[in-house]
This record gives sequence, structure tokens and C-alpha cells, in this order.
Amino acid sequence: MAAERARIANNEANEPSSKVVRFGEDMPLKLDSGKVLSPFQIAYQTYGELNAARSNAVLICHALTGDQHVANDNPVTGKPGWWEVLIGPGKVIDTNRFFVICSNVLGGCLGSTGPATINPHTGRPWGLDMPVVTIGDMVRAQVMLVDHLGIDRLFSVIGGSMGGMQVLQWASSHPERVHTALPIATGARHSSQNIAFHEVGRQAVMADPDWRGGRYIEAGTRPEKGLAVARMAAHITYLSEAALHRKFGRNLQDRAALTFGFDADFQIESYLRHQGMSFVDRFDANSYLYMTRAMDYFDLAADHGGRLADAFRGTSTRFCLVSFTSDWLFPTEESRSIVHALNAAGASVSFVEIETDRGHDAFLLDEPELFSAIDGFLRSAARARGLEELS
Amino acid sequence: MSVNSNGPRIDLQLIAGFIRPRARVLDVGCGDGELLAYLEQDKQVDGRGVEISQRGVNECVARGLSAIQGDADTDLVFYPDKGFDYVILSQTLQATRNPREVLKQLLRIGERAIVSFPNFGYWRVRFSLLFRGRMPVTRDLPYSWYDTPNIHFCTIRDFVALCQEVGATVESAMALDRDGHPIGVSMPWWFWNLFGQQAVFVLKR
Repeated sequence: MAAERARIANNEANEPSSKVVRFGEDMPLKLDSGKVLSPFQIAYQTYGELNAARSNAVLICHALTGDQHVANDNPVTGKPGWWEVLIGPGKVIDTNRFFVICSNVLGGCLGSTGPATINPHTGRPWGLDMPVVTIGDMVRAQVMLVDHLGIDRLFSVIGGSMGGMQVLQWASSHPERVHTALPIATGARHSSQNIAFHEVGRQAVMADPDWRGGRYIEAGTRPEKGLAVARMAAHITYLSEAALHRKFGRNLQDRAALTFGFDADFQIESYLRHQGMSFVDRFDANSYLYMTRAMDYFDLAADHGGRLADAFRGTSTRFCLVSFTSDWLFPTEESRSIVHALNAAGASVSFVEIETDRGHDAFLLDEPELFSAIDGFLRSAARARGLEELS
Repeated sequence: MSVNSNGPRIDLQLIAGFIRPRARVLDVGCGDGELLAYLEQDKQVDGRGVEISQRGVNECVARGLSAIQGDADTDLVFYPDKGFDYVILSQTLQATRNPREVLKQLLRIGERAIVSFPNFGYWRVRFSLLFRGRMPVTRDLPYSWYDTPNIHFCTIRDFVALCQEVGATVESAMALDRDGHPIGVSMPWWFWNLFGQQAVFVLKR
């Protein structure tokens, strides 16, 4: 089962079962590092129909370990799309009304050019020869995809966590192309604490002897243990102390007493081990290094002389920010500082903080208050844009 | 000014009467967005709200209004000079820690500031304190002294004095009687101060 998933994941990295657009050498991608990526490919999914005015497109940006399969079964895991609670016919982001686009980000591992895809210049997987990419680079590639689809202005750009960073980058770099922006559970920069957690994850991957300097695909090995540890550490940051305690407490796993050893005595240990192992079946270890690096490098204010308000100067985009009370990865203060910057820039901004003990991961879960905020915001924006047929 | 008793609260209709169509409006202390929704519908304003209770903000956003959680005492500094045509402070002044600073911020952010507040000079309030020796509890001031969010009451005369102190010009003003109806504009301040249960002021810097 695990091996079969790994095989499918490897195939998806080069020949995705989703749609894919290949940009040839006539369309190089200039990266923030100064390097140029060419040729390259972006894998994506779409749902619903683009209307005649091309005004109903919604771009969904995925988080660190997400992918383009936002509202269909995942080809690797067979599980429902990661935001199917939100997106689909008749749902809050109604695919009967909206044309929903979701791409696998640059550097990802399900069909967009990333470390697991074949480097056309060498004929072997990119590995660490892949240039480091930034959130800005991911958005630049998405802009080319949106151009390719013939869309000038997106009705909305929506995403949580790393996806929220892309939303902010879109709104900052291309305000004229973004009617509404919904950054959820995110920040305008990655904090020192967040970088610290990511570094632990990267060191775990690179310490695994099966990592082989990043050349594990050719070596026929996989740094499963390192990547699983990285995922376990990260997963803790996605939850909250209250939710962990409610779910697991100090309950023992399938036993009546402590074993006085290092088996998974506690349910929480068993749960984390399961999270770690199921992650390695579907995700590429090098891709994890690149994605975490992109988040660490993100600092929108720094790109604008240290003043975040300058990143949004003169914008006409309507913003709605959402945070969760128990999110300690991107606490409410991060959203509030973006709100203050948007106020200073005179932007139209709403800000909803949702009371929940489910931590950072709340943005992926069935949160009725989140849904009603998104619904109200999109409906009013549709009216304001004269898209009565959307409301 | 004509008011419709079937519409929203009369004081909200009065505030709306001062606002020109399609203006940029910031409603500080917007609650669940009743005034903003009315202004968007009736005057097609570009409206934003600030509200201290997250519940109120979430209701606003769910009904399609642009609102953020914020505290009038601390968060108005984040707004740019003259960012709005009108900044409204409806029934909120008395709940701020520093009404003087808040008023100055309103005048900085808005071309005009519209302030409405319960008049502590109203005769029933005076009566309660004078003859019953108890802090007043009225329809507009429904809290007991120990659990009220209102910490800085003023009378109409006090407010006029504060306006002078911060250099605000009173462009128009109105006092409302117990039923929320405007008291004749020809009446002198002392009459308003005694018989106005609440007041609405339009201020300019």
C-alpha cells in the first residue's frame, strides 16, 4: 500500500493526472534568486465554467503540504480534496457560479516543476540542483498560468497558511488583477519561531542516511524516517494544547499499563507516528525542504522598505482576513498587523477572528463561522462588482 | 428632516440624513452593522466598520459588510488622515477611555465627524440622581452603575465645551426627545440639554 502510493506519487511528479501547462524556453521564469527556470511546468485543476465576461475566476492557493486536488479525490491518497468542505457545487465557494483554479505550486511534488521532476537539462531528477524558490516565484508562475487561461482579473484569491502568503503576494504585486483577497491563518512574514520549527524539520530530513545528499530517487531510497519526524514536529504546531488534551490527554494506546520502554505507549505518540508515516507516502522530502524555505524567506514588508503598508499602497482590492484564537503558528496578532497596514494604506478590509480550540488546522476543517464569513464577503463583493448572477 | 418610524432606529435615520450619497464612511463602534447596512442600502456609501466585539464583527462580515475588530481608544491611529468623508461614532463616545483623544482622531480621519451620545443632562437623569439618589437607569442607559460599559458620561453642554477645546466646529446638531424625535432647532442649548435624551452632532475641524 505504502509502496504503491510512493510509486503513484513519483509518477504524479512528472506526468500528473491533473491538467498541466508546460512553458517552453520562450517563456522563462525569472526567480527571486536571480536564476532562471526554463522550461518548466505547472500542474493544476479547474472546477466550474469560466463565464463569458471571464469575471468569475477564483484562484485557490494551497498550503505547505497541499496540492492542486482541492475539490476532487487525491490521486495518491484516494482521500477527498483538501478543501472539499468549502468548494463544490452548492457549497460556499460554489462551482456552479465560480470558475475555481488551483495549481500545484512551483517546487511542489504533484506535477509542477520541483526537485522530484526530471531536469530536462540533465535527464535526472532536479534534486538540490533545483533553484530555491520563493513565495514571489510561486505567484509569478501562477500569473503565467492565469495568463495562459486568458483571465485578466481574478474575482478572488483565497488561501490559508502558505496559501495565505501567496494571497498577500498576489494582492501586493498584482492589485489590478485581484478583486478580492482572502488570506486565512497567515502572516506577512514568517516569524523566527516558525523558521526554527522548519529548520528542525529540514535537519531531520537531511540527517536521514537515506536522504543521500538529496539524490535518493536515483539511489532508490527514501528518507522516510527523517521526513516523518519533520512532519511529526510540524503537525504539533498545527494543533493546540487544548485540542490535543481533549483528544488524547495522557491516554494509553492499546495497553493497560506503561511498558517502561520506547514503544508508543501514549495515544498521542501513536497518532503522530501515523501522521508521519502517511505523509511520507504522498510527499517528496526535497519538496518539503523547498516549501519550508519559501515560507521562511517570506517577508512582504522587507520587500517594501520595511513598511508593510507600502506593499498595499493605493490598492483597490477588497480584503478579508481570518485568524483563529488557538492558532499559535500564525497567531491573531499577525493578521492584526496586516489589518493595520491595510488601514494605513486606506484599503477596504474586513477581519474576522474565529473562536476555536482547533489551532492552525482549523482553516481546513468544518468551521461554520469561517464559512459564513467567506460567504458574506464574497456575496457582497460580487454585488459590488455587479455580478448579480453570482449572488 | 423626515424620519420613517418603520425604518431602522430613528437616531440612525437622522445620522443617515447628514450623509451624502456614495460617500466614504467609517462607523466606529458599528455593532452588528445596522447603521452601515442602512447606509449602504439607502446612500450607497463605501462603508467600513470598527467594532470592539468580535461577535459583532463576524455578524457584519457574514452580512457582507466590511468590518474589523478594533478598539476606538487604541486603533484609530492606524487610519490615514482624511481617509474618509464621514467618521461616525454612534452611542459609543461614553464607552471610550479617552473621549477627547478619540474625538481628535475622528476629526483627523474624517472630513466630518458625526457623534451621537446619550445626554446626561436629560431631566429624567437629573431627576433620578436628585430625588432618588440613584444612578439613572433609562432605556438609553440600561445598565446598573457596576456593570456599565459606559465610563465617561457627558451632557450636551459638556460636549459643546469639548468641541471648543479640540477646535471642532459644530456644523449642525440635533437633540432627540424620549421618543427619538428631533427637538425644534430654534430651541436654546439649555432647553436641549434638559429635554434631549440623546444628541447628534456633525463636526468639522
